[in-house]
Formats: sequence, C-alpha cells, structure tokens
Amino acid sequence: MIEVMLDHVSKQFGDVKGVTDVNIRIQPGEFFTFLGPSGCGKTTTLRMIAGFYYPSEGRIVFGNQDVTTLPPNKRNTGMVFQNYALFPHMTVFENIAFGLQVRKVPKSEIVQRVERAQKQVHLEGYGSRRIDQLSGGQQQRVALARALVIEPQILLLDEPLSNLDAKLREETRIEIKRLQLELGITTIYVTHDQAEAMAMSDRIMVMQGGVVQQIGSPEEIYNRPVNPFVASFIGESNLWEGTVERIEGNEAIVRFAPGLSLRGLIANASPDCKLEAGKNVSVSIRPESVREALPGEPKDNVVNGNVVISEFTGVSVNYVSQVAGQQLKAMFVNQGHRVRGRGEEISLFIPKESIYFLG
Amino acid sequence: MMISKPRTSISKRGSIIHSPYFVYVLIAPLFLVLLAYVVYPLFQTFIQSIQVEDHVSLQNYSRFFSLEHTANLEALWTSIYISILSVITCAIVGVAMAFLLERYEFPGRKILAVLVLVPMALPPLVGVLSFTFLYGESGIIPRALKELLHLDQVPFSLKGIWGVLVVHTFTMYTYFYMTASSAIRGLDPSLEEAAASLGAGRLYIWRRIILPMLTPALVASSLLVFMIAMASYTAPLIFGIERTMTMQIYLSRTNGNLDMAAVQSTILSVVSILFLLVMRWYQGLRNYQNMSKGISVHRTEVKSALGKYVAMFLSIIGVIVLLLPIFVLLLISLSTDGTWTTQILPPEYTLKHYVKLFTDSKTWRPIANSFKMSFVATIGNVIFGVAAAYAMVRLKFKGKTLLDVLIMLPWALPGTVVAVNLIAAFSEPTVFSFNQVLIGSFWILPLAYFVRHLPLVFRSTSATLIQMDASVEEAARNLGASWWYSFRRVVFPMALSGILAGTLLAFVQGIGEFVSSILLFTAKSTPLSVEIFQRMYSFEFGTACAYGVLQITLIIIVLFISRKITGDSTAV
Repeated sequence: MIEVMLDHVSKQFGDVKGVTDVNIRIQPGEFFTFLGPSGCGKTTTLRMIAGFYYPSEGRIVFGNQDVTTLPPNKRNTGMVFQNYALFPHMTVFENIAFGLQVRKVPKSEIVQRVERAQKQVHLEGYGSRRIDQLSGGQQQRVALARALVIEPQILLLDEPLSNLDAKLREETRIEIKRLQLELGITTIYVTHDQAEAMAMSDRIMVMQGGVVQQIGSPEEIYNRPVNPFVASFIGESNLWEGTVERIEGNEAIVRFAPGLSLRGLIANASPDCKLEAGKNVSVSIRPESVREALPGEPKDNVVNGNVVISEFTGVSVNYVSQVAGQQLKAMFVNQGHRVRGRGEEISLFIPKESIYFLG
Repeated sequence: MMISKPRTSISKRGSIIHSPYFVYVLIAPLFLVLLAYVVYPLFQTFIQSIQVEDHVSLQNYSRFFSLEHTANLEALWTSIYISILSVITCAIVGVAMAFLLERYEFPGRKILAVLVLVPMALPPLVGVLSFTFLYGESGIIPRALKELLHLDQVPFSLKGIWGVLVVHTFTMYTYFYMTASSAIRGLDPSLEEAAASLGAGRLYIWRRIILPMLTPALVASSLLVFMIAMASYTAPLIFGIERTMTMQIYLSRTNGNLDMAAVQSTILSVVSILFLLVMRWYQGLRNYQNMSKGISVHRTEVKSALGKYVAMFLSIIGVIVLLLPIFVLLLISLSTDGTWTTQILPPEYTLKHYVKLFTDSKTWRPIANSFKMSFVATIGNVIFGVAAAYAMVRLKFKGKTLLDVLIMLPWALPGTVVAVNLIAAFSEPTVFSFNQVLIGSFWILPLAYFVRHLPLVFRSTSATLIQMDASVEEAARNLGASWWYSFRRVVFPMALSGILAGTLLAFVQGIGEFVSSILLFTAKSTPLSVEIFQRMYSFEFGTACAYGVLQITLIIIVLFISRKITGDSTAV
C-alpha cells in the first residue's frame, strides 16, 4: 500500500496539450478512477504514472520516492493493458512468470507464486496453454495475474473490460474489485464507462480536454456535479438554462420560459455558483427524480406537457415530454401504472430538493 | 519532500538516456554504415564522372549526350523502350493470370496456381541460360520443330531484343501477378453486386469499378517492373544486346574506360533514384485497399464442355511452359559434357556432374566461396537490418524518411551501378575500409552482397514489427524488464519469423548474385554464378546446369521455409 501523488503534472506532445495541471493525491489502498470521454487525457495520465511518458511539468511521487523520470521497469507497478498485451510466443505460465524471472526470483518460488496467481484468477491448470487458445475473458485474467504476481506497489488498469461482452464485463468487474479489496493494493483505473466507474471506485476523477473537471466519491460526483459537463457525462440529466427570478429565504425561483418557473434550494448548488436575482443559471434535474404529479398536491413545481417519446424498458418507463418549449426527460420505476403513449398529456412534479444549480 | 539518495542518481542517469538527443546516439551507427557503403561510393562515382585530369568538367557528360557518337544515347533509349515493353507484356500476362486464377474455377486451376510463381525460383543467370537452351537458335524446341516439319532452317528462335523481352516477361510477370491477385482478393464482390443492382453492365463495371480499384496495384507494379527491367543485365548479356545502359557500363569498365562507366552509372542512378522516390510518393497515396477483410472470393465456374476442354488444354500448356526451364536444366545437368552437338536432345547421360560438384575440389570451391561470402554478408545484413527496422518502427527521430530512402536506395540501384560505385570508392584505402584496398580482395564481394541485400532483412523485420502491438513491449517494461531484457525475451522472439525469412532470402540471393559479382570478383574467390558463366563459355553445359539446379533447389527450400514460418506467425 502506497500513496501516489501527482504534483501539478502537465504533458505536451509537441504543440498539442495532452494533460494540463493534474494535481491529485491518491490514498494508500484506494480504488481511484480516471473517467472521461476518449481523448480526455486519462490514458496519458496513467501512462505517466506507469513511466511510458515523462511529464513536461510537475512531479510524480510514489510514497516518498520521486519517480518523475524513473524508467518504467524501475517503478514496480503492475499494469493491465486494454488489449492485454500478452506475449503471444509464451504460454500462460511463462507470461505470468515473466516479471518474476526479471526479478531473478528462485525457480521453485516462481512456480509457487505463479500457481497462486493462477488460483486467484481461477485459471488453475491452464499453465501450459498458449495464449491463442484462450478466450477473451481468460486472456484478461492472465493479464491480471501477470500484473499481480509481482506484488506491485500500484495496480494500473487501462480500460481492462472494454474488450469483453456485457455479461462477462460485469463478472470481471466484480472479480477485479474483490481482488483489490483482498490485496488492499492502491489501484488506478481508467475507463470511459461511467457505470463501471461508479460501481467500482472509492473516488473518481472526471477529465475533459486534458483538464480535471471534478474529483470526488461516486455519490458526490453524481449528486453534486460541478459543471454541466460532469452533470451530463455521469448518468442522464436534464440541463436547463434559466434566469433567477427572485430569492425567497433559502429558496430560489428560476424562470426557464414564459409560464415555466421552478423553485429550488439555494444550498443545492455547486461551490462556485452564486445565486442572485436576474442572473442566468444552468440547472440539472435527474430524470429519476421527476415524479408524476398526483391530484390534490401543491401546484408548486408541477409542470404540464405532452409525451414526445415513450420507452418501456421493463425496469422503468422513460418519457421525453415537451414542457413549455423545453424537453424534460423523466424515468419512472415500473410499478404497474399505465404507460402513456405519444401525444398524451402528462403532469409532472419536480421536487425542489432535486434541482441542482450549476452556475 | 525529502530527497533520498537513490533518487538523485536515478534522475541523473535518466537525464542522459531520456534526453531527446539520446536517440541520435543510437541511430548514428546506422547512418554511418549507409554513409560509408552506399552514399560515399555513389558520391565517388559522381566525382569521377565530373573529373577530367584534376579539374571539374562536364566533358564526359557531353560525350555521353553527343549526337555524333550515339552509342550511349542509343543504349539509354534501348534500355527505356525494352523496359516499357517489358512493363506492358508483364502487365498483360500477370493481370490475366491473376484474374483467371482468382476469379475462375476450371480444371487445372489448382496446379497452375502453385506453379505460377515458379519463375521466382529461377536465379537470373540460370533462367536466361535455360531459355537459350530451350528456345535459342540451337535450342531444343526450334530444332525439334525443324526435324518434325522437315524444314531447312529452324522456324523461329529467341534472339536479340525479342529474346530479352520474352525472358523479362517470364521472370517479371510475377510482380504484376502478386500485386494484382492480392488486389483482386481484396476487392469486395459486393461492390460489383452493388454496381450490377444499380443497373451497370459487365463492361461498365469493369471500367468504373474494377479497373479504378486495381489502379494502385498496377501503377506500383509498373514502376517496379520498369526499374527491374532498366537494371536487367543478364538477359542483354546472354542475348548479345550491347546497347543497353547496363551493358554499356560493363563494357566501359572492362575496356578500362572508367570515366565513361562513372558517367553511365551516374545517369542510371539518377533514373533509379527518381523512380524510387516516385514509388514512395505513390505508395503514400494509395489507401483504399482491403477496406473490408475476410471476404470469400466467389469463383465463376467454367461450365460448358468446350470451355472446359479449352481451359484444360491451356492449363496444360501453361504448366509445361512454366516447368520446362527447370526440366531442361535438370536434363542438361545429367548430360555428358561435349556430346551434345546437333541433336535435339543430349545423347549421353551421366550423374558425374552432381558427384563432382561435391567431391572435386575445383568444382566445389565456387560453391564454398559463395556460401562463405554470402554468409559474411548476411550476418551484416541481419545486424543492420534488425537494428534499422527497430529504429524505424519504434523510435522517434528526425531524419526518418532519409533513413528509409537510404536503406531502400541499394535496392533501387542496378547491381552494375553498385559494383561501379564500390570500384570508385574502394580502389584505394579509405577510412571506411580501415585503410585497406578492397578491390581485388576477398572482402569486396561480401560488401557488395551486403549493400545489395541491405533492404531484405530490414523490410521483412519491420513488417513483423509493425504488426506487433507496441503495448506488448510496454507490458514487459512495466513488469520490470530492462530495455535489453525485453528486446531479448519479447521483441526478438516475436519478430523472429520476419527476421528469419529476410535472412534466408538475403543468404540465398547472395549465393546466386551475378550482376555485381561479374564486375568485382577475384580469381581467388570466384563465386558460383560467375563460375556458371565461365563453364557455359567453355561448353561445360552439364556442370553449369548442375550448379543451376543446386541454386534452384536452395531457393525452393528457402521459399518453402519462409512461407511456413511467416504463415504460422500470422495464424497466431
């Protein structure tokens, strides 16, 4: 278990900015995820930690050792590559043993440790198989065993699940998390899949265009996104632009269109969002927080509209409705109520707690 | 943060290795080798061509282009038009073969598909010789026809420019065949189906779909065949066409007219380099091949009875034409020297030549010489080729294009020119030859083979390296392997099939090399091909052909092995 610190790290590729000023401290034993769309700089950051790139600026520190310009083979990190990067000319056993042979571990110990690693990833008896005789999921587990057997200080995972089919991906996800908890190893995980990131991570760093957008626990990132990008990238969101009409105590009333005003809590705002009357503000509303308005409920925050798209997915019913010139996505958990069709009128209630001001 | 001791030492070493200039330390030896053995000799030839008695003058060039003594201009013209005609005939034969074999199913297709590449197994000199035995003035076929039809004279015979052209077509159509057949295989049949469904007729589809899709392959092979035909030396030599550039160089050199040889070489070099650059440029443009992969080509079956018979007949003819040169060599290699005069076929047969090949020290020596010299050259090729391929594929540095062009240069230069360049450079002691005169020594031929076959190991190695994912090497580094350890345990074994294929090819080509050997060899270390040539001229046909059969056997073994190893590696 070791702490990883990135101290104002930037990376330029010629004139192209790869990553700008990443500043993080990853706790010992933490499962930390870099999340973002492709080209956001997450893999570049990971590769700097692995030592395949050297930062143009800033320092990288493992524990109390500055590794900024240390070559990759001196860093003792275990990395799982997106395409696994298994050695095609070696057997499963030889692949896993490679890192131990480099470290000149005695033969008998190598056999022991490789067998233990194979057991950890449920590949007992596969030692003499060739790589091309394995399925994608098995190759993935060999890659994991190869990275873990050297007992690395840090485990680096570069989109390890992206080449697996949906069902296997879920199984492997649980497997990786189990191993990580068991070994208590500091883990850095790179993905573009927000569901994967939410499910596995202790903390997530959301990146976009080489710049860190937000660092926080899955809950924080989901419930309190700092900007429209994070709000729309993590989960689904209705992003509305409006003007603050007035402030009433700890509540703000925002007008989005003629005849469409909503009441929200001032405290429910991202840190750099100041709410004042007359100011423009963007607002995030999660579809699952929208309810159907019941007759006899207070009329505040109730909006009426027509269904534009109606999807029945089994678990839920998803609506897109036209509400006073705005589109509102809503998701109701399927409890057996009547599914409305296209064009039908619908009355929706948006709780004031679920309105989040992004600034 | 505390600065611990190991950290400072590491960052110091890191700063040297990770300095952006360190890579130039690594590639400097590659450039040095190219400078010493490719650029410097080329430059020396150029210097010689413009130097007349210690001052610079274009006098030699004006002699070349003189309209009074037109031998040189005629040679240039002959070379060019033979090359153009060769491109046309090779294109017709090669593309027709490719379409026939890729698109139609007919009796005899399978065997023809295997034999179509036989010309590749014929070393240039041996190939031309077997053609003269077969179709020359006193060749087997013309004589047989004469006897059969009771004619006074042979009805036809291969000679002069037509002979050269037929030999070129036979040996060079494979370039067209290979690129065209892979392009046809890459043609998605659904494109034609789409065109047909849009109402296009057969001819229209050909004109608007198939031909445009094949154009890149055809242009690339045209350039290649033109270059090879320009460099061709053996065919004009045997058929006695003196007015070609390569022959003119050879004659100037043997007549001691070194200045003229230098001028002729320089002009031929310029043409070759131009073509190399055009080819590189053109290959950078083509990118719409194999967009969809894994398509199964549907072959049209020849169904009518008449069509079947015609197809069968033509296949048999094809098989005979393709195999005859090898059979003839085999036949003559078994004939007793000096007994074959005016008969159609040699009258007496013996196994003596083959026995002598390995037992008589006089006949064995050229074989041993060629093996030894080619071995030395190949070692150089492997070291240089693997290092250069790794640098080109994996390292980032300025001057990459230059390195690539310099490596491909010896491949573009005709063997005759390479020889003249080496003569110009190493007839006196230089730094690059460690203050030795290389001309007339054992080392000149291994050096010539090294230079001529420089690109072979490089190309096959870089092809496998490009296929290899860079992350595999990174994985090894991540697991703690040093650069050298990961090169040894991961990169090298993975690239081995490519390295081996290139090495074998370079070795076997070295053994058969004739064009620059004839200009450079020394009596003490006569190579195999020159020995064949000399035996031919002393009418020892049997021994000459036995040598030829030995060469062909080696080539076939090498082709077989490299197909096996590279085939296996792509299956992984």
